[in-house]
Amino acid sequence: MKLLKNVTAPTQKLIRTVAAVVLVYILMEILIAAGCISSLIQGLLVPVCTYSIAAVALNLCVGYLGELSLGHAGFMCLGAFASAYFSKLTADTIPDVPRFILALIIGTAVAALFGFLIAIPVLRLKGDYLAIVTLAFGEIIKNVMNVIYVGKDSVGLHFSMKDQLSLGMSVDGKMIINGAQGITGTPRQSTFTVGVVLLILALIITSNFVNSRTGRAVKAIRDNRIAAETVGLPVSKYKLIAFTLSAAIAGVAGVLYSHSLNSLTATTNNFGYNMSIMILVYVVLGGIGNFSGGIIATTVLLLLPELLRGMADYRMLIYSIVLIALMIFNWSPDVQKWKAVNGLTLDGIKARFSKNKEVQ
Amino acid sequence: MGFLTYLINGLSLGSIYAIIALGYTMVYGIAKMLNFAHGDVIMIGSYAVFMTMANSGLPAVVSIIIAIVICTALGVIIEKIAYKPLRKATNLAVLITAIGVSYFLQNMALLIFGSNPIVFKSVINWKGITVAGLTISGITIITIVTCIIIMLVLTWFVKNTKPGQAMRAVSEDKDAASLMGINVNATISLTFAIGSGLAAIAGALYCSAYPTLTPYTGSMPGIKAFTAAVFGGIGSIPGALIGGLLLGVIEILGKAYISSQLSDAIVFIVLIIVLLVKPAGILGKTIHEKV
Repeated sequence: MKLLKNVTAPTQKLIRTVAAVVLVYILMEILIAAGCISSLIQGLLVPVCTYSIAAVALNLCVGYLGELSLGHAGFMCLGAFASAYFSKLTADTIPDVPRFILALIIGTAVAALFGFLIAIPVLRLKGDYLAIVTLAFGEIIKNVMNVIYVGKDSVGLHFSMKDQLSLGMSVDGKMIINGAQGITGTPRQSTFTVGVVLLILALIITSNFVNSRTGRAVKAIRDNRIAAETVGLPVSKYKLIAFTLSAAIAGVAGVLYSHSLNSLTATTNNFGYNMSIMILVYVVLGGIGNFSGGIIATTVLLLLPELLRGMADYRMLIYSIVLIALMIFNWSPDVQKWKAVNGLTLDGIKARFSKNKEVQ
Repeated sequence: MGFLTYLINGLSLGSIYAIIALGYTMVYGIAKMLNFAHGDVIMIGSYAVFMTMANSGLPAVVSIIIAIVICTALGVIIEKIAYKPLRKATNLAVLITAIGVSYFLQNMALLIFGSNPIVFKSVINWKGITVAGLTISGITIITIVTCIIIMLVLTWFVKNTKPGQAMRAVSEDKDAASLMGINVNATISLTFAIGSGLAAIAGALYCSAYPTLTPYTGSMPGIKAFTAAVFGGIGSIPGALIGGLLLGVIEILGKAYISSQLSDAIVFIVLIIVLLVKPAGILGKTIHEKV
């Protein structure tokens, strides 16, 4: 560990997290090569990466900006559709690798752009209102995606928000976005390797962000907005930056998602309010503000139902109970007092162990 | 269908939103929390009506009363177990807990009743009346009348009775109210009880008008009713009525004249515009932040 001595504590933590991710990745690759992993679990590897990235994005918003967003599935949806649209449009003209990179950039940029546009009005609100408006935006995005029709023929692109017929395409026309049926035939390029690379990238960007000058300002605003404003921090600007970055990373998750499926549709379960809550569950169970915790929670919660088939019916019920219990255990003033009295806080436990050492 | 029919349908849907919005607005006024689970209490109420009426053959009135009792008890229990320990905690913790409760109720219902949609039998078997060639269905009339009665009774209750005055006092200042000898915990429980009881009525009316019932039925009207409460000014009882009616009319007219697929989006756009232009709502009071 001598090598790590010269770097700061947050960087050490980041290096450890990334190393753990890489180790797990190598281990999984070896196990797959050895044939020890069932195809069911293999099919879950890309979703684990996708939702881990989404959890990292939401964690940035909830843990560091201190505002609850219930619309992150909406940003995923934008990233997914924008990138799938681009990939399908250019499937014949651009080779695979540059196309995926371009699609990634486009998906991220679109999600970031909308995140920025939405953040301008939304961040004027606080707390419950902010949560409900992000929820509203998420639902609007999902709804609008379901009525967009885009087709391509020899003349060019056709766009409509009514139905397929009103596009008025010639015979050789090909649907690209087909309303509620979404986009079909996106090239499937999201492999486990790509997912892990993107996850590590997201981790590096967010960890550096929260420990940068801007990130410290964001944390100061979260802890006390009025005090931060008093010392001259431009509150709106920093909040805007953090929210836009969070939306952009959710967009990356969307790109990964859309390129792992043959047909992409916007339904309640994948891009609606339910998904936003599912991501929130990952974040809360992993620990608000803790990126690696969020990744672990995502991995466990996605793999668990496959490993415990019989529990499938009770899975969601248990999640909800754990969510409530965790919130009460971590935040209730009464429970905190009880924990302090019984020495169950982090400091209390540490003190207990160090005492034992002195006795020895 | 002419404009007048749409308008009446809108008022009917709006009346249901108004009844649900009352639950949100009263709880928000007193406990300063967004009770995300309120929509799912509606769903539980609808299932209670369905189970007692269609399955056990009880008369509609009896089954609605049973549903009210169940929902009232449920509301009080939820408050005691999940929200009360967090009363002094941060907003974010309370909100996430409320989402957890909502999730819990949905999945509980999913386990008990299954995910197959149930065809809800209307609680009202009245064909309705025809005025000048315009047929108004029984459920529409009953819904609007019920809403008006509830509003009148509740306004009287909050203004003129002791518990009602206690509720207003607690919503103004909890500490001062408790110094005046008001039992704050009991008052908050009472508020949850009233809101949840009304949710049962709203559930019966909503499912009579839109007769498919699934464990997820409650969440959309719940969120829209919250929109209505915000629209009218959260914490205000007449505000819930105005917001609910306006939202119902906007939704039905939007569905009829703009796009049926985008009606939800239209409702949410209204919410966003209201919050940005007049964050306190139509009848709400602006609260200034103290430094």
